[in-house]
Amino acid sequence: MIRIETRLFLRDPATVVFGVLFPTGLLLGLGAIPALRESSPETGGLRSIDIWAPTALVFGMVMIAVQHVPAVITTYRERGILRRLSTTPVHPRTVLLAQMIVAFASVVVSAALMIFLAWAVLDVAPPERPLEVVVAFIVGYAALLGLGMISAAVVRTSSAANQIGTLLFVALMFFGGAFLPRVLMPDVLREVGEFIPPGLQALTAAWSAEAGEITATAGGQPFWLQIAIMAGIAVIASALAAKLFRWE
Amino acid sequence: MTALEVRNLHKRYGKHVAVDDVSFTVEEGEIFSIIGSNGAGKTTTVECIAGLRTPDAGTISVLGLDVRKHRAQVRELLGVQLQESSLPDAIKVAEALELYSSFYRDPVDWRELMELLGLTGKRNTRYRALSGGQKQRLSIALALVGNPKVVILDELTTGLDPQARRDTWSLIKRVRDTGVTILLVTHFMDEAERLSDRIAVIDGGRVAAVDTPAGLIAQASNLDDAFVALTGRAAGSSESRSKEG
Repeated sequence: MIRIETRLFLRDPATVVFGVLFPTGLLLGLGAIPALRESSPETGGLRSIDIWAPTALVFGMVMIAVQHVPAVITTYRERGILRRLSTTPVHPRTVLLAQMIVAFASVVVSAALMIFLAWAVLDVAPPERPLEVVVAFIVGYAALLGLGMISAAVVRTSSAANQIGTLLFVALMFFGGAFLPRVLMPDVLREVGEFIPPGLQALTAAWSAEAGEITATAGGQPFWLQIAIMAGIAVIASALAAKLFRWE
Repeated sequence: MTALEVRNLHKRYGKHVAVDDVSFTVEEGEIFSIIGSNGAGKTTTVECIAGLRTPDAGTISVLGLDVRKHRAQVRELLGVQLQESSLPDAIKVAEALELYSSFYRDPVDWRELMELLGLTGKRNTRYRALSGGQKQRLSIALALVGNPKVVILDELTTGLDPQARRDTWSLIKRVRDTGVTILLVTHFMDEAERLSDRIAVIDGGRVAAVDTPAGLIAQASNLDDAFVALTGRAAGSSESRSKEG
C-alpha cells in the first residue's frame, strides 16, 4: 500500500514540485538577490536569508499537511475509493495511514534537500541543535497535519478541501513570515506565531540561536513550552479529526 | 447449500423507508438478479449485504455466516463490484490488481485474471486513461481477485456499448461456471433475462415476485410487461436508463 501510494504521489507533478522542491527553489531564488545576502549590524551580522530559511522549511510542511493530504483523502472519499476498500478485508484507514506515511516522508526529503542546498549554495549554517530541530519539525508537522485532517474529516468535496487548504495555507504562512519577514512584524503578531502550527519560532531558535533571538519577543515563550503547545494542538486536532471523520 | 440469505431486511433513512421487509435466498452456483426501478431499494439492499450499511432490522448471511457477526470472514468470501466507486486516477491496471490481491488471504493469480478479462495489453495504463468498458472490466476483476465464493455486481453494464455488454455477459457466465454464485443488480430486463437463473422483482422496498425468467414471462408476453404488471411502472424505459447512466 505504501509503495503504491508513493508511486501515486510521485505521479502528481504539482505536489512534487510545490511541496518538495519549491521550498528549496524559493530559498535559492531569494538567495540570488544580493541585498538579502548582506549581513546587517542590526541583526548581529546575520543575513536576511539566514533568518528567513526556516520559513522556507515551513512552506513545504504546510503545503503537504494542509493542502496535499486533505485533497487526496477527500478525493478518495468522493470517488468511492474508501467505500470500495471497506468491502475488502482491509480497513480503509490503512490507505489513510499509508497516505500519511508517504506525505511525512516527502516533507522529510523536502527539508533535508533544503537544509543541504541552503548550506552548500548559500552558506546558511546547518541547524545548530539538530535534535531540537528534529523534535520541533516532527511536533510542528503533527500539529499541521492535525489541522489538515480536521479539514479532510468534515469537508464533503475535494474542491472544498482545496479551498480550505488554500485559506489555511495563506493564514499559516502569514504567521510563518512568508509575506512579511517576522522581524518586521509587531510583537503581538510574532507572539501569536508561537502558537500557530508548526511553531516557527521554536524551529528558528533550534536552527540558529542568533536568528531565534532576533525573531523572538520579550514576552515570548520558552522553547520547550512552544513544543508542548504544538504537541497539544497535534493531539487535540487529531482526536477531533478522528471523531469527525466520515468514511462516505 | 444457501450462498446468500436475506431475511426480513428493513432500512430507513430518516422518514424515508428504503427497504421494507425484503427476503430472498440465493443458492450456490446461481446467477440471481435483483431488478427494480430507481429508488426501489436495490442499492440499499446490496449495500446492507456488502456491509456498507447497517440494517434497521433483519438478518443477512453469506454461506451461513451472519454478515455483521462474522464481518471479517464474510469479506474474504464476498466480492463486490459497486456502482460509483473508482480508483485513483494515476494507478496502473497491474498495480490495482496486485494491491487488491494483497488484501486477501487466498487470492487468485491476478495475472491470470488480468488475462481472462483482456486487460493484459493495458497492464501499464493508468486508470484515468481506460475506456468505460475497460474500467468496468477492471472493476469486475477487483471483485474477483480475492477468490470469492459469492460476487455482487451492481449495475454491471450501465454505460457500456452493446458489444462491451455482450462481452461482459459471456464473462459473467464463465465466472459462474467456475462455481461462483452471482448476485446481479440491474434495471435492464434483457440482461436479467439472458443471464439469470432466478429474478427478484423489487418495488417500493418490497419483493414483488421471485421466479425464473421463464416463470415471470409466463405471466405476461415478455419480461418488460411482466415487470410493469408487477410494479405498475416501466423500469427498463429509456428514461430510467439515462438517469442511472
